[in-house]
Amino acid sequence: MSEQRKQWPLYEVFIRARSGLEHKHVGSIHAVDARQAIEHARDLYTRRQEGVSIWVVRSSEIIASDPGDAEALFEPAKDKIYRHPTFYSIPDEVKNL
Amino acid sequence: MSAVATTVTAASTDLRFRYALHLGDTSLILAQRLGEWVGHAPALEEDLALANIALDLLGQARHLLSYAGEIEGKGRSEDDLAFLRDPSDFSNLALVEQPNVDFGHTLVRQFLIDAWQLELFECLQGSSEPRFAELAAKALKETRYHYRFSSGWMVRLGDGTEESHKRVQAGLDALWKFTGELFAPGAVDEEAAAAGLGPDPASLRAAWNANVEQVLAEATLKKPADVSYRWYGKRQQHSEHLSHLLAEMQFMQRTYPGAQW
Repeated sequence: MSEQRKQWPLYEVFIRARSGLEHKHVGSIHAVDARQAIEHARDLYTRRQEGVSIWVVRSSEIIASDPGDAEALFEPAKDKIYRHPTFYSIPDEVKNL
Repeated sequence: MSAVATTVTAASTDLRFRYALHLGDTSLILAQRLGEWVGHAPALEEDLALANIALDLLGQARHLLSYAGEIEGKGRSEDDLAFLRDPSDFSNLALVEQPNVDFGHTLVRQFLIDAWQLELFECLQGSSEPRFAELAAKALKETRYHYRFSSGWMVRLGDGTEESHKRVQAGLDALWKFTGELFAPGAVDEEAAAAGLGPDPASLRAAWNANVEQVLAEATLKKPADVSYRWYGKRQQHSEHLSHLLAEMQFMQRTYPGAQW
């Protein structure tokens, strides 16, 4: 019990690299509260100008899929390769795709 | 006519040199103190946070000591000024040379200085010397973050557990006597103010007090009584602590003069 209380709560960190891009998961940090979680995320993950915006989420708030359900969740997509947009020919005028 | 002009320029060059050292030494010595936590902070995250703040301060010191070396015109570099001066040549505030003791003391020292640098850099942006104004504009952004960090910890520790409250109050009680110097007259910063280089130290007190009192109240900490000012770091009179700090900081350059890597 006392061991548990010594460890600060864990937060997952998401950084937006540039305006217009989405926030990406970059790692996690320990912090005592939300304000400090932002500060620690800033100090650890934006030291080299990696971002312009930070999200932090308590790791305990994340709901994850069960690895045991992986077959049921992900296998059915395997034989549906037509969902990949590789069957279209892309006009030359379209850049950046 | 030209003799008079030369004298005025010389006086103002000397003053700019001494003022740059006063501000630069304050940032440098605090950076060195914070650096002592590297590898020892209570959590990896705090280790990095303190090192980040130390690096901001070191950047300020480099800017100011390089400038001091330039205007002195004797060919001394930022490194010469940092590593080859004796304690009696340093004019940092006495507060920043005080030992870390524990995390509570370290945070109190940081908070008191951050609150002061907030006001200092805000005003220094209007310096008649562009090099000071440039430094202030950059340092102010850094200091706003430092203040956010240290004031957050003051509240967290002060209004935390019985033990954390006790320790941070002890830090405050021990360090408060060094805050008089921040606003005291009779030293280089007062001369600098008269020359339009920087703010009058006394003028920073009201805003500093308001910020500090607000955070202390939120942190349920008791503001110690003011004591008459007796510590003159900015007049180059230092406690024994500075000698020990410099012995460690300057060891390499003193032992292997000119060594580089």
